[in-house]
Amino acid sequence: MNTADQYLKAIYLVQEQEDGPASTGDVADLLEVTPASANEMIGKLESQELLDHEKYKGVDLTDEGIRRARLSLQNYCIIQRFLVEVLEVEEFREEAKQLEGVIDETVAERLDTIIDREPQCPDCFNAEEDVCGLLEPELEASD
Amino acid sequence: MSLQRPIGSDHQLARLLQIGVVLEEVVEARADKHAQVTAADLDDEVVALFEHAAEESAEHRDRLEALIDELDAETVPFDEIKRLVEAQYEADDDFDGVLYDQLCNEETAYKFYDDLIGAIAASNTEFSIDRNRLVDTLQSIRDEEADGVEEVTRLMEARE
Repeated sequence: MNTADQYLKAIYLVQEQEDGPASTGDVADLLEVTPASANEMIGKLESQELLDHEKYKGVDLTDEGIRRARLSLQNYCIIQRFLVEVLEVEEFREEAKQLEGVIDETVAERLDTIIDREPQCPDCFNAEEDVCGLLEPELEASD
Repeated sequence: MSLQRPIGSDHQLARLLQIGVVLEEVVEARADKHAQVTAADLDDEVVALFEHAAEESAEHRDRLEALIDELDAETVPFDEIKRLVEAQYEADDDFDGVLYDQLCNEETAYKFYDDLIGAIAASNTEFSIDRNRLVDTLQSIRDEEADGVEEVTRLMEARE
């Protein structure tokens, strides 16, 4: 997943949590980058018509931005589920973050052929816990 | 601004190589499955392609496993992946469907190795494995995947 898609995913998750525009500060915090870096990328994404940015109000994804963000979130869910279900990785949240930059969409699609993922993905993603909301109970049950 | 995290440890490298093994296992298991499901409708050339794809993936897997072993990590058992592939197998059983699926398998593996080689090149980490041997192995596997893409494409075009 490239850097732009990781930003779109982060903005989407902040917007979901806020139920409104995302502040650049919150996006920067989620991605662990400086506000200046976040602002620079947000400017680029705005020029590609993937979001609208209004000063003092925040960032709103356009329809195309939302579509790409949801695809990226879906890929992220595939990586998390693959790590849990196939490789049985306990620190799957941290490892998924490390891997998402290297795992391309086409690779995620192949990994998706061997995991169990529900059709409502990515709507079930729990942004606060950074995990698929359906994977959480499965993990608790296996403890 | 970039969020790309360089490969920072043996552990992370081993994890990526494990994913390579799984992709090879998926290719191998699906090629086996295609050959079984569609055996009656396939001509000798396509049967030979699937057999070659399965053999080549098994050989790639061995080479990746040798690297993983040197990193003191464990591989992913083929039987486990074969079981998962069987459980989820839904490929179209018409002729173009299985060839197209095989093309996606080969292209995906190629893309994965290409990205992995790029990520290793961008990393300053000193791995406990010889970097030249690591990159040479991955480049050679990637090139064979590229040949596989060409071969499937040629077969598909010949049937148009």
